Amino acid sequence: MTMHFLLLFSRQGKLRLQKWFTPVPEREKKKIVRDMTTMVLGRKPRSCNFLHWKDLKIVYKKYASLYFCCGLDAEENELLALEVLHRYVELLDKYFGNVCELDIIFNFEKAYFILDEFLLGGEVQETSKQVLSRSIEASDMLQEVSVIPRSR
Amino acid sequence: MALKIVKGSIDRMFDKNLQDLVRGIRNHKEDEAKYISTCIDEIKQELKQDNIAVKSNAVCKLTYLQMLGYDVSWAAFNIVEVMSSSKFTYKRIGYLAASQCFHESTDVIMLTTNQIRKDLSSPNQYDTGVALTGLSCFVTPDLARDLANDIMTLMSHTKPYIRKKAVLIMYKVFLKYPESLRPAFPRMKEKLEDPDPGVQSAAVNVICELARRNPKNYLSLAPLFFKLMTSSTNNWVLIKIIKLFGALTPLEPRLGKKLIEPLTNLIHSRILLCLSSVAVLISLSSGMPNHSASIQVMKYLGLLAMSKILKTHPKSVQSHKDLILQCLDDKDESIRLRALDLLYGMVSKKNLMEIVKKLMLHVDKAEGTTYRDELLTKIIDICSQSNYQYITNFEWYISILVELTRLEGTRHGHLIASQMLDVAIRVKAIRAFAVAQMATLLDNAHLLTGNTQHNGICEVLYAAAWICGEFSEHLEDPMATLEAMLRPKVATLPGHIQAVYVQNAAKLFSTVLRGQEGAPADSKVAQETSQLLIDRLPVFVQSANLEVQERASCILQLVKYIQKLQQKDVEVAEEVTALFAGELNPVAPKAQKKVPVPEGLDLDAWINEPPSGSESEDEGRKTKTKGKAVFAKEESRHTKPRYTEVDEKELAKRREVRKAEQANNPFYIKASPSSQKVYQEAVGVEHIPVVQIDLSVPLKVPGMPMSDQYVKQEEERREKNKADRKKKDKKKRREKGRQRRGDSGPESEEDITPAHMVDIVTEEMPETALYTIPCLFPSQKSSKHKKKKQKKEEKDKKKKKHQHHHHHSDGAGDESVQNGTVEEEEPLPVSKQSPFILSTQSNPCPLDIQVCDIQGNLHDGSQVVVSVIFENKCDSFIKSMEFNVMDSLNSKLQRPEGAGPHDSLTVPFQLPPGISNEARFIFSMQSIVMPQKLKGTLTFIVKVSWSCSPQSTHIPHYPNQIEVYLSRVPNTTGVDLTIKCLLTGSNQQYLLLRHPCNICPLCMCPCPSQADQTVSIDAKCDEPGLLGNVLDEIKLTFSQC
Repeated sequence: MTMHFLLLFSRQGKLRLQKWFTPVPEREKKKIVRDMTTMVLGRKPRSCNFLHWKDLKIVYKKYASLYFCCGLDAEENELLALEVLHRYVELLDKYFGNVCELDIIFNFEKAYFILDEFLLGGEVQETSKQVLSRSIEASDMLQEVSVIPRSR
Repeated sequence: MALKIVKGSIDRMFDKNLQDLVRGIRNHKEDEAKYISTCIDEIKQELKQDNIAVKSNAVCKLTYLQMLGYDVSWAAFNIVEVMSSSKFTYKRIGYLAASQCFHESTDVIMLTTNQIRKDLSSPNQYDTGVALTGLSCFVTPDLARDLANDIMTLMSHTKPYIRKKAVLIMYKVFLKYPESLRPAFPRMKEKLEDPDPGVQSAAVNVICELARRNPKNYLSLAPLFFKLMTSSTNNWVLIKIIKLFGALTPLEPRLGKKLIEPLTNLIHSRILLCLSSVAVLISLSSGMPNHSASIQVMKYLGLLAMSKILKTHPKSVQSHKDLILQCLDDKDESIRLRALDLLYGMVSKKNLMEIVKKLMLHVDKAEGTTYRDELLTKIIDICSQSNYQYITNFEWYISILVELTRLEGTRHGHLIASQMLDVAIRVKAIRAFAVAQMATLLDNAHLLTGNTQHNGICEVLYAAAWICGEFSEHLEDPMATLEAMLRPKVATLPGHIQAVYVQNAAKLFSTVLRGQEGAPADSKVAQETSQLLIDRLPVFVQSANLEVQERASCILQLVKYIQKLQQKDVEVAEEVTALFAGELNPVAPKAQKKVPVPEGLDLDAWINEPPSGSESEDEGRKTKTKGKAVFAKEESRHTKPRYTEVDEKELAKRREVRKAEQANNPFYIKASPSSQKVYQEAVGVEHIPVVQIDLSVPLKVPGMPMSDQYVKQEEERREKNKADRKKKDKKKRREKGRQRRGDSGPESEEDITPAHMVDIVTEEMPETALYTIPCLFPSQKSSKHKKKKQKKEEKDKKKKKHQHHHHHSDGAGDESVQNGTVEEEEPLPVSKQSPFILSTQSNPCPLDIQVCDIQGNLHDGSQVVVSVIFENKCDSFIKSMEFNVMDSLNSKLQRPEGAGPHDSLTVPFQLPPGISNEARFIFSMQSIVMPQKLKGTLTFIVKVSWSCSPQSTHIPHYPNQIEVYLSRVPNTTGVDLTIKCLLTGSNQQYLLLRHPCNICPLCMCPCPSQADQTVSIDAKCDEPGLLGNVLDEIKLTFSQC
């Protein structure tokens, strides 16, 4: 399941999260992000979730106002990728409780931490939701203990 | 201390945290960039503080900004600081920032090695986890090498949380540092049986990825995987394992038999079932108006599956052709493209026309230009695949191409053009039809070129013009076409197309002349044609494009001359036609191999020996003067028989003329070497056997035809063919044998005979070609030889020694020496007292050159006399020395009156062995302020007598360029100003300045101090530029000593 990148962006094309599992030069990154947003946003509703872009397979799915989009090797299984995206959304949902775009905007580092527990180097690291949320909670606990509560 | 902490946390309350930043950005939609730049300034301030909490907050904000596309690479070091915090909160943020911002070329990564190692061995599993996660994003080969062992230890950590991360990251390490694979593999294999399912699936993932790259090495794991497959309940793992088996089975058939046989049987038997269910799905979905995205997904996957099945079971997919064609109507572009891909593999002789017809309909309907372009290329791909294997009627294909030209704004004009050319050249029978079509195209060119020059479709006119010109004998009305090609509007076309227009107008002209002069009464028409050309060509002569200009003016003059002859009632048609005589034969790409290499020609031999001292020969001069060199001898043998025959000679001349045109034409092969035998056998173009092909359909179709009619025709033709087949069978077979080598259609389709044959196929060439090629270009061959010869001579000339000196000379007086090239000769100048050394980069040089003196000319302050000593160090006679220095802005070599600025001066003496002589050259100088580098060449001839041969030979030497840079100390007035480098003691240098005087613009006071090996120079000068340059030169001199 080698994933090259995972992007989250809004309907307006604003990037909400980007994760690169393979090293990509900064300029190339920007180009890919631009291409992805224009390509995916340009799709008609009720189209299928797959695209071809250069030698990559692009699998995307829209959840509420947010597009989840990932780039895979050509020989990867698209359905599995859709499944991975869905699992990530489930994880976010569980963590934030009925997740919405704003949750991800304001807690973007948490979204990254969750992703890091789920995927590592583009491979699925842990599939069990229980195990995942346990380890996320545990590291959050560790963080909360060590941080001085903020005055908001 | 306590106060500081309190102060720090109070400060922090006023800092923006991430939420504030995000909110701020959302509130400043209009001036986002400005807001962010103030934020970045704040962040920079925060990063300067000691408080790690403040820093990590700043880094967190930076990470957010990085995502928005701002460059944060300047903060890399601060990120490392935060990473190395002992608190998990900050460490986590630091690693997150690093994983987002760092890449392989980030230089601070090497600072992190120890920190990461520390974190990896941390007692806190989350510290370790966060380090592993971060590392997975920015691991470099160095990091991989340094940390491979640590990670390997972690693979057997007590906590599964760490184990699975370590296992996964090992894959990244393998990629960066492959040497680690061997020692780590046994442990990786162990992990396949790890009690924790997460670790197990991680190990399966990694091994699957590895196996995909190199399946062979993982065959031994097959039993283990089989066990996993039967026992595992994790679907993710199962999918992976099945994929892995997919990679392994082709390598080990026994595996397939033993383990997968039942599986494959199952799959095999289900393929058809699957296919029909997919087909049902597709048809279902297309029938429903409101189909959901998930059905689209199914459709897509179904098409994908079909394209895979197509390779093994083409028949079963072909039966779903209609469904697939329906998919072309789908709203979803991804699905349409999949369907197109599928069609490519599905065409056969029977259904090609039908499929292409459907595609053409889609082309008309298609909205997006990208998709339309995609369709266009696909149509051409489908038709031209495997050497036009599926095309039975080329008239149809030409009309398809012509229809495609009506597409507006396509980028693929050149593609259509190349197809037109290809078909017209290779399918002889189609030429008449093609020419008629192209003539119509040319006539309607205004439709194509319509709006802009950027319109890609006008490329088609390139092909059209060329075809009309080249095969003009098929033209109905060459006069009209000629007129169409010379319309003033043509001048708006891109240059390369205009060039073809002009050239082919000339071809048409010749055709018109030939047609007219047959009937003497019509000589008026011929003259009118000439007049037309003379009237219209000047537009092209003024073209900005050089190619157009050159061709047009050339042809214009030619026509003017012809007109003169016409007025005297001289028959010119034949001569004009001769300009373009000769049949164009297509040649297979591999044809060259079939041409035997003539005896005595060694293709691998050097034409010009690489320079290797005295061994190289001076054939050039010799062939020219005496004609006795080996090469020339062969040459004369080759050419002799041809030049004795008058006919041959004329033929050769004619072709010489045509050669120029051929050189510009990509469809001509260039002259090829051939054997003597071939020459004698083949006499001319006329003798090439050309197989005529019977046509069963009428060729002439008026106007722009619709390709549709061919579908009907095709059916009729097939019917007719069936009846005729028996009669023609024999003949066709023969033709096939000759001309359709590449045609390897399926057996079942053999019965559909193509209307036209494609002439040359990719793999082999017709037997005739062996003779055709050489006899087509007999003159070219000789000319090529000649060229070779000339080239050789040129090269030889070059070989005759090039030496480049660089003199920097100005006013009188010695100059400090800088030997720019060869350091070893450094001590020489001192001992010899000669400031200039010419060093060579080449092999030992027979000629030693030293600039011995440079003096200002007392009478003329702006002149400098350079004395050069030439010494012959070899045993041979050196003569014809020519000395040349390229003029620079400030200095010019004085040449005798009448000589051009690039002419070289002849050294007025010859040098017998061991003799040296001095020559003087005068340079005039403009300014003395800047140091100058002069480049020069010296050519000479070394006369060598061979002991084995009575003749003396001239041997060229040393084509290497020699560059010597010499520095210069300026002096205008003739007063000595000498700077000498003296080597005294070991490393100390003194600068001596002699007689600085008032007249001199430069005044220097060197203060050499022996004590600490430093030299200080005080200088005064009223010209700062001069002073600066002199000091630079001195510095350079010192640094080189």
